[in-house]
Amino acid sequence: MNLQFTPEENTFREKVRAFLADKLPDDIQRKVRLGQQLSAEEHVRWQNCLSERGWLAPGWPVEHGGTGWSPVEKHIFEEECAAAHAPTVVPFGVNMVAPVIIRFGSDEQKHHYLPRILNNDDWWCQGYSEPGAGSDLASLKTRAKRDGDHYIVNGQKTWTTLGQHANMIFCLVRTDPEAKKQAGISFLLIDMDTPGISVRPIITLDGAHEVNEVFLDDVRVPVANRIGEEGEGWTCAKFLLTHERTGIAGLGHAKQALRHLKDAARRQTHRGRPLIETPSFREQIARVELELMALEVTNLRVLAAARDGGAPGAESSLLKIRGSELRQRLSDLTRRTLGPQALPFFADFLAGDEDSLDDDQTFTAAATAQYFNRRKLSIYGGANEIQKNIIAKTILGM
Amino acid sequence: MDFSLSDEQRMLDETVTRLVADRCNPEQRRTLIQERSTALSSLWHTFAELGLLAMPFREEAGGLGGDGIDLMLIMQALGRGLVPEAYLDGLLIPGMLLAELADDSQCEQWLAPLLEGEHQLALAWHETASRYDIDTPATRAERSGEGWHLQGRKQVVLNAPRAIALLVTAGLNDGSLGLFLVPADGDSLQRRNYTTFDDQQASDIDFDTELPASALLANGDRLLVALGETLAHGRAALCAEAVGAMEVACEQTLEYLKERQQFGAPLSRQQALQHRMVDMHLHLEQARSMAILAATSLTLPEEQRDYRIAAAKAYVGEAAQFVAEQAIQLHGGMGMTEECHVAHYAKRLILLDQALGDRDYHLETVMAHLDSAA
Repeated sequence: MNLQFTPEENTFREKVRAFLADKLPDDIQRKVRLGQQLSAEEHVRWQNCLSERGWLAPGWPVEHGGTGWSPVEKHIFEEECAAAHAPTVVPFGVNMVAPVIIRFGSDEQKHHYLPRILNNDDWWCQGYSEPGAGSDLASLKTRAKRDGDHYIVNGQKTWTTLGQHANMIFCLVRTDPEAKKQAGISFLLIDMDTPGISVRPIITLDGAHEVNEVFLDDVRVPVANRIGEEGEGWTCAKFLLTHERTGIAGLGHAKQALRHLKDAARRQTHRGRPLIETPSFREQIARVELELMALEVTNLRVLAAARDGGAPGAESSLLKIRGSELRQRLSDLTRRTLGPQALPFFADFLAGDEDSLDDDQTFTAAATAQYFNRRKLSIYGGANEIQKNIIAKTILGM
Repeated sequence: MDFSLSDEQRMLDETVTRLVADRCNPEQRRTLIQERSTALSSLWHTFAELGLLAMPFREEAGGLGGDGIDLMLIMQALGRGLVPEAYLDGLLIPGMLLAELADDSQCEQWLAPLLEGEHQLALAWHETASRYDIDTPATRAERSGEGWHLQGRKQVVLNAPRAIALLVTAGLNDGSLGLFLVPADGDSLQRRNYTTFDDQQASDIDFDTELPASALLANGDRLLVALGETLAHGRAALCAEAVGAMEVACEQTLEYLKERQQFGAPLSRQQALQHRMVDMHLHLEQARSMAILAATSLTLPEEQRDYRIAAAKAYVGEAAQFVAEQAIQLHGGMGMTEECHVAHYAKRLILLDQALGDRDYHLETVMAHLDSAA
């Protein structure tokens, strides 16, 4: 038993670092570092860098354009990307719909969609949640009625992240209202330009436009756009949830956030000394450091099990709970580091525009927005309470 | 990066786990405690026969050269059984100090029989005023003729009632810390023996004792280095023991929730209790990670080692208390009783935080090194 990375893994880390130093554009790096929102163009520009290097889709099988990396290498990649302030890859195409297409799609669907995803030709968004279907996703009501070679889709999706940039949406829809809850659901791919689709922004409490409502009003979708059989949508959705997610603990982000917190607490003075030297505050930083150390080893344990062929199961729920709590705590401490300076809301700067902020202000402007934004971590992807239900059921047999 | 056990480690794990299951079930454990005397138990002799006592010591010192993981496996199993034998305080801690500091004849007299299970020892270091600091005792040793005069009071000397000799810390006139080997049977020792809340044996001892020159095993930096290494092992061992005991506390609590019927259904159907049970499980798994971190850090350079060990001990202490308190809570009134086995686990889990520095003590170490760490 040892916790050291192998020489090969360390070499891999060097390779990733060199790539990031060479290819990550300065303007994008700066925005991520300062917590500014990226434009669609900036996301795509970065993802094109990854595509060119063949590193956009580490989770895919090699024959479809994956990297063949081990779970540990994927972890190293994510950690280095976060440390370098690279943007997070928009996951809906490459990490969410693609694995479903690879697993359940026809050859034709694979040939059509996968290269377009690798090439960043399509921007995908997710049509899962509805106003009446959150944690209880299977109660979704968006209806797809068969009409010859088409479905006619009516309903409303919500929390559609970055849907404002998307040209494609993958949706869970109800094709059989008579069947039992989960059984009547199908998985449809829908072109956002189809008549009858409208997107309305939802402004979140951090002031950002990240999520949207998507309305579907008599939208005609070719039957050929269905993934898997009719009524198999729930299987696809569940597959997505159990699909290997090495990054679920958000460890790279947490490490970066801790570095940032320490940095902020060194810059901020309190009674003439750096705040980090104030014992009560320092203790709180020490506590998140301990939690991060423990989570890192737990994450490595799960990665090693995955590498050795173990199926990632309910452990990912553990990582999700503790990882999200840790990142929330870090963003809380970072906000509190700043004192009254945490209050100003420089909306234009946060939205990614240039602004006449001074250096100190650019450094601190995003802290409170990020604190509010990180509240989502314990809500999305199955709220932490849902994760606890999963652990209780599958690990503890309760 | 590898979390798998070697074949030898798997065998060690199975051996000691089976031994504990066979020989230290709740009833046997009660008997072991009741029949405890100065004579060592047959279970201890079995430990010796299986090589478990020699496992954590260097081969040059007559040990089997086990590493941190071997120690972790042993302590985890002992924790699972809540084994009332002083593997840590009667063997590991005094043994490591002897192995590092004693000369050949002292090793022959004290260390070899220790590893063979013929006697036990104890380290007398704790004094109320110095709390968890080992290097600032009020106990003094003065030159007296060719030898030494040792004077002072040591408290809560774990395993002292069974120890044939004590290793005693004392300040020397040159300002350094010294470690003395003192036979435990002398008339000049005033002692009061008692048991602790977690079923350990301990003594308060007043020393006013003449010792030969050879009684001083070491002093100064040489001693501090050996103490540092020994305490690091002891703390890592406590983390592992806690994980073993937390496992069982979680298992027993889960079992109880599934059995206990209230409102016409098992308690395990209550979501509030399910989530609490999950929280216990999360604490256990995170503590396990920290125990692994501690076990694999023992061979690191001193500063790095002590940082990680402190982090692990602080974290595990807190997690252990959470599991202990929830185990009592979820057992309801039963958890409050002497008869309930989980209550004994809870007592040990709570009090092992106070062995070799509690969470606050170790958090201070983490805080002191925070800037250099990440």
